[in-house]
Amino acid sequence: MSHLTDLPVWAAIPVCLLLLSGSAITLVGSIGLIRLKTFYGRLHAPTLSSSAGTILICLASMFAFAVLQNRWIFHEVLIILFVILTTPVTLMLLGQSALYRDRIEGSTDVPRKTTGPEPDLSAIDI
Amino acid sequence: MSRQILDLGLTAALILLGLALVCATVRIIRGPRAQDRVLGMDTLYLNGMLMAVVFGIRTGSDLYFEAALIIGMLGFAATVALAKFLMRGEVIE
Repeated sequence: MSHLTDLPVWAAIPVCLLLLSGSAITLVGSIGLIRLKTFYGRLHAPTLSSSAGTILICLASMFAFAVLQNRWIFHEVLIILFVILTTPVTLMLLGQSALYRDRIEGSTDVPRKTTGPEPDLSAIDI
Repeated sequence: MSRQILDLGLTAALILLGLALVCATVRIIRGPRAQDRVLGMDTLYLNGMLMAVVFGIRTGSDLYFEAALIIGMLGFAATVALAKFLMRGEVIE
């Protein structure tokens, strides 16, 4: 860790703050994964870690390397963009498949189908 | 001075991320149904990726950034494949 001594104090403090807030938000999201009761509730918790945690930690990495190498570095923007684009896709697919499985098993906790060949319109309150 | 601040911050961030990994592992082991386990695995991948980025700051090498990018891509592919599998019973139709 010899390179870390090259980082001046005015840069070390924001890097530490970004890192700590990012990892704390990630931890909050993962604790939500344990504590929430239903699967559809749990589906929302990891989005905290995957959006806010990734942005904050990658910003800290960008800032640290930019100060260390004395030039702008945009590598970590790739990670941020990729994670932000893919998180909604994965969680939507997972929710869809869970809903499909719950309907196959005849669970009463999930909303019925409102379209298709045999729509059940009794659950709609329009 | 900056060495001590960074030492403290990096170690604390690694400990917090490790606790997050433990939480995701608990959900994988305990998860009542298959979709809970897939969700726990997705979270595990993301937390591991963030840990790789923090290791990259700690060692100052670019290798960890590339590892993090690949972990993120593989995590996305794995979760999408498993979600398709849960829905259809097969991955490639």
